[in-house]
Amino acid sequence: MEENNTQNSSLVTIRNLSFAREQRVIFDNASLDIQHGKITAIMGPSGSGKTTLLKLIGGQLSPSQGSIVVDGQHINQLNRSELYALRKKMGMLFQSGALLTDINVFDNVAYPIREHTALPESIIRTLVLMKLQAVGLRGARLLYPNELSGGMARRVALARAIALDPMMVMYDEPFTGQDPISMGVLVKLIKTLNDSVGLTSIIVSHDVEETAAIADYIYIMSSGKIIGQGTPQELQQSKSEWVQQFMNGKPDGPVKFHYSSDNYFDDL
Amino acid sequence: MITFLSTIGHSVIATLTKTGRGALFLKQTLSYTFSVLCQPRLISKQLFSVGVLTILIITISGLFVGMVLGLQGYYILSDFGAEETLGVMIAASLVRELGPVVSALLFAGRAGSSLTAEIGLMKATEQLSGMEMMAVDPIQRIVCPRFLAGCLSMPLLAAIFSMVGILGGQLVGVSLLGVDEGAFWSQMQSSIDFYDDILNGVIKSVVFGFVVTWISLFEGYDAIPTSEGVSRATTRTVVYSSFAILGMDFILTALMFGDI
Repeated sequence: MEENNTQNSSLVTIRNLSFAREQRVIFDNASLDIQHGKITAIMGPSGSGKTTLLKLIGGQLSPSQGSIVVDGQHINQLNRSELYALRKKMGMLFQSGALLTDINVFDNVAYPIREHTALPESIIRTLVLMKLQAVGLRGARLLYPNELSGGMARRVALARAIALDPMMVMYDEPFTGQDPISMGVLVKLIKTLNDSVGLTSIIVSHDVEETAAIADYIYIMSSGKIIGQGTPQELQQSKSEWVQQFMNGKPDGPVKFHYSSDNYFDDL
Repeated sequence: MITFLSTIGHSVIATLTKTGRGALFLKQTLSYTFSVLCQPRLISKQLFSVGVLTILIITISGLFVGMVLGLQGYYILSDFGAEETLGVMIAASLVRELGPVVSALLFAGRAGSSLTAEIGLMKATEQLSGMEMMAVDPIQRIVCPRFLAGCLSMPLLAAIFSMVGILGGQLVGVSLLGVDEGAFWSQMQSSIDFYDDILNGVIKSVVFGFVVTWISLFEGYDAIPTSEGVSRATTRTVVYSSFAILGMDFILTALMFGDI
């Protein structure tokens, strides 16, 4: 009964997920839930498969085992048109921004609206300017992606991700490579958007402090498994060595500093 | 020995897998032909970058190839007192062979490599993934318009090459070397057949355009999304396209003009 309740309030339900690339196991029987209207963070060391998880949720990759249910639909059982219909309700912020480089900021944000609606240009203009105002870049609408700083590009990508008013936005490493001011702006934007528009947010990140400041729930991943989960406060008090090493940034612990190798002295 | 056989086996499997991926890519691209043709705006932009921007190199090359044909042809034909047939020789060489083949090789170097680099870089910078996540199929929006633009441009570029080549030949043969202008044009007009020469040349250029554009787009789409991967894909486009053009040219020539 309790499990049913959990599933009903979940927008994304992942059960027994396994995924491998060639010989390398990325996920090994992982299960997690993303709650409606909450900010859920997926955290873990680099290379732990966090971005892959977003691609699996978005249907860009298929799991070798297990199920991914998004908004009540099994993502890997959908045909192309059903998958595309579902993706219109998802926004994704790529680490690089993934803006189309041959069109300007305005046209980038207008792109999904023009592709999926038959709205007149005057309404599209109003919608785009509203989205750009929300990320503080209305004045930069005529700039091209190569004229934007990294932080600005990510904010434009965020405006594009919310252009169709999605139910959920996935953020792939939104804070990586940002200066403190841009990072602060992005943290505030993600939180404000989530709370004011009623979005469900999934943040994939390894920036502990910024992510923990806005996340409602955190999953910590390592070696394809969920090694810890809970609210930021619960995780800070966790007794798990894995969780403590990650949350406090300790250089050595269950995740070794040294890559697996032969005896040092034998090797010299 | 086992290692050697294993290496050969792996490369054969890899080649067959890639060929299969290429065939599926083409099938998917062709499936959007009708919907893209209904949106001429998408094709016109690509016709400019793939076709119009290639005209300069095609025109200059065509002029020089025609001029060289005029020189070489004159010296050979004058040995037999047959200078008047220079126009036929130049036109037949250009319309049947050099027009489609050389313009396709230039097209692969200029437009094909640029298509591969563009698509490969879009993949490396996650623009294609971004489109997929916006529920926009990149094959429909990015690949298919470029494919159609390539297929439409190539025969036109080959025609321009042949036309400018003939003018180059006339410049050298008639204006510089003194071949009779009336004989130059009238012999060409009476000997060049619309179906046997011109239409076969057009068929060749359509086939080359199809193959070169397919190779270029697939190599970009299939590139490893790193700077080195895109660089290698661009090189492969030029190499594979050149082999494909020359190989297909032999087969098509044998079918059209040979008795095979």
